[in-house]
Amino acid sequence: MCDIPLVPVMRDIALVAFAQTDHRRTSDEHSEVEMLMPVLHDVLAQTGLKTADIGFTCSGSSDYLAGRAFSFTLALDGVGAWPPIPESHVEMDGAWALYEAWTKLLTGDADTALVYAYGKSSPGSVRDVLTRQLDPYYVAPLWPDSIALAALQAQALIDAGHTDEPALAGVAARSRRDAVGNSHAQLRGSVPHGDYLVRPLRTGDCPPIGDGAAAVILAAGDRARELCERPAWIRGIDHRIEAHALGVRDLTDSPSTRLAAEKAGAFERLVDTAELHAPFTSQEVVLRKALRLDDSVRVNPSGGALAANPIMAAGLIRIGEAAARIHRGESDRALAHATSGPCLQQNLVAVLEGDPR
Amino acid sequence: MPEVLKAPLTVEFPFTRSLGPVQSAFLTGLRERVVLGVRTRDGRTLVPPVEYDPVTAEEIRDLVQVAATGTVTTWAWNHAPRRGQPLGAPFAWALIRLDGADTALLHAVDAPGPDAVHTGMRVRVRWAEERTGAITDIACFEPYDGDDPAEPAGHSGEFSNFENFEDPVTGIVAPARLDYTYSPGRAQSAYISALSEHRNVGERCPTCRKVYVPPRGACPTCGVATLEQVEVGPRGTVTTFCIVNIKAAHTANLDIDVPYVYAHIALDGADLALHGRIGGIPYDQVRMGLRVEPVWTEGARFPDHYRPTGEADADYDTYRELL
Repeated sequence: MCDIPLVPVMRDIALVAFAQTDHRRTSDEHSEVEMLMPVLHDVLAQTGLKTADIGFTCSGSSDYLAGRAFSFTLALDGVGAWPPIPESHVEMDGAWALYEAWTKLLTGDADTALVYAYGKSSPGSVRDVLTRQLDPYYVAPLWPDSIALAALQAQALIDAGHTDEPALAGVAARSRRDAVGNSHAQLRGSVPHGDYLVRPLRTGDCPPIGDGAAAVILAAGDRARELCERPAWIRGIDHRIEAHALGVRDLTDSPSTRLAAEKAGAFERLVDTAELHAPFTSQEVVLRKALRLDDSVRVNPSGGALAANPIMAAGLIRIGEAAARIHRGESDRALAHATSGPCLQQNLVAVLEGDPR
Repeated sequence: MPEVLKAPLTVEFPFTRSLGPVQSAFLTGLRERVVLGVRTRDGRTLVPPVEYDPVTAEEIRDLVQVAATGTVTTWAWNHAPRRGQPLGAPFAWALIRLDGADTALLHAVDAPGPDAVHTGMRVRVRWAEERTGAITDIACFEPYDGDDPAEPAGHSGEFSNFENFEDPVTGIVAPARLDYTYSPGRAQSAYISALSEHRNVGERCPTCRKVYVPPRGACPTCGVATLEQVEVGPRGTVTTFCIVNIKAAHTANLDIDVPYVYAHIALDGADLALHGRIGGIPYDQVRMGLRVEPVWTEGARFPDHYRPTGEADADYDTYRELL
C-alpha cells in the first residue's frame, strides 16, 4: 500500500512584482492594450521574466466600461498570447483574477503567474454602466446609479450613529493627503469636499472616475525567492458575498468581509498595514469595523480608491500596494481587501507577510 | 501623433427575461395593485420576494400579501435624476419596509425636498397608471400620514388565491441603453486616418518584424508595442474565402446580391490577412491566390470591395504562412 497524504501540502505563494499606470480622467489616445502594455513590461522587467517564462496568465476587466466588445481578448495581444498560452479571464476586479491564479499555483500546474486588470471608464457614464450589474427584475429597471446606492449605505451608517458627515470628510481628506506620496494617484492633496452628489455623499466622498491598469506577478516557493529580494507571501486569501438584495442586508455591517478575513487568517495576528478597497468614504467605516482595525494600523497609505479608482483594477491595486510595502520593507504583515458590486456586495481579503528581517 | 479619433457609440439592447414562479406572482400582483411577499420557513416575509431563501438557500414558494404602506429604513436625496430613473424631478431613493414585511424594497420617494424625508417616515405606494407587470408598476412612493397600514389596495380579498392570477406575467423585457464616446486608441486612429486617404498603413513589430494590418498596437506573438508604420498594398492576394448565401440584414448592405464571396486578403507587404468582399468576378471563379485590388466608392472611409487585378495568381508558397 502506498501512502497518500490526506492533507494536501500548501505551497508558499508570493507576490513578487507590482506595477500600475498613472490613473487619469481620460486616456483617449490609448486603446486598452496600449494602456496596459507598459505595466505588463514593468512587472516582467522587475523579475527578469519573459512572456514565455510565465506559467499562467489571468486578467480582470469589463467590456461594459468602454463599450468595447471583446476588449479583453484584444488586451491579450499585450502579453504575447500567440502561440496560445494557459490563460483565463474574469469579468471582475483583478483581485479575483489573482485569486484564480493563486489556486492555479496551488495545484502545482504552474510556478509563476501574471495577473493584470484594467478599466477604461472615460468613454462611458460609469454611474449608469454599473446599474447593469444589478438584479435585472426588481432593481436595474429603476436605474439606481452607483453613487445613489452608496449614499443609501452612508445614510444608514449615519442613522445608526457609526459616522457623520464631518467624519466622512475626514476620511476623504486623509486619503488624498496620503496620496501626495503616490505619483500614480489621480486625486492628491487638498481636494474640495464639494456639493452633495446624492445626499449625504458629496463629491469628495466619492472616488474619482478614471482610466488605469495594474499588473502583478505571483511565484511559488523558491522561484519567488529567486525573483524578489523580499517576496510578499500570501498567508491567506478568501472571498465571500452578501445576499444580493440590498433590502435583505444590514448595510451598516459587512459579514462577508469579516468571514473572508477570518478564513484568510487576518485575525490570528495584528497587521501593521491595511489597504482597503473602499471607493466611498462611508465604506471605510464599514470595513474598519468588520476587520477590527484600530488606530495602530496604517490604513490606505497609498490614498486608496478615493485617490484613484480604475474600476476592475482598483482591488488588485490594493493587493499590489500592500505587497509593494512588504517588498520595500515598510510592512511585515499587511491586509489587502478588494470589493465588487454595490454597497460592498462581495469582498476579498488577503493577508501578506514578508520574511523576518 | 495623429489626431485622436472619437465618435459617439450607443449600445442598446432589450433583454427578454423569463420569470420564476415567485417573481411572476410578484410582478403580476403589482399589475393588479397587490404587493406580495414570500415567507421563509423561519417566518420572515421577504419583499420583494425571491425564489430561494438568502440564508438557507431553501426553495421558498409561500406567498403572502403585504400592505402598500411602509416605513423608510434608509434614504438618499437625488438632486439630479438620470435617464431611466423613476422620477424626472429631484426625489429620494429609499429602502422601504412595507407593513407586514421583514425586508426592504428599493424605490423612489416623491417628496418636495430632503428636509421632508427621514428614516422612519411613513410612505405608501403610488401606482403607475399603466401597469404591465414590472417593478415600475410602482410609479414611486409618497409620504403617508396614517400610522396604520393602509387597507391592501383595491381588490382586498379577491387575491387570497393569488397563485392563480389570471393571465400571469411570465417574462419581462428590460431595455438597456448605454452611451459612449468611443476612441480607438493610437494604432487604430493612425490606421483609420491613413485609410481616409486611401492608404493602408500597418505597423511592424520591432522584435519579429511582422507587419500587422490593421494594427492593434501590439504584436500578439511578442507582446510588445508596434510603433513603426509601414504602408502596404494596395494590391493583395486572396488567401482563403467563403461563399455567402445569406442576404445581409444590415441596411447598408442590402444592395449586395447573394451569393457573394468574402475573403481573407493578404495585402502586399502585410503579415496578417484582413478581410473584405470580392467583386468584379463571378463568385464561382474566386480562388486562393487570386490577385486583387481595392475599389473605393465616392466619400467612403474604407474600400467597398476588392476586384481582380488581372495579374497571374500568386504562388501558394508566397502566402501559405498567412492562412
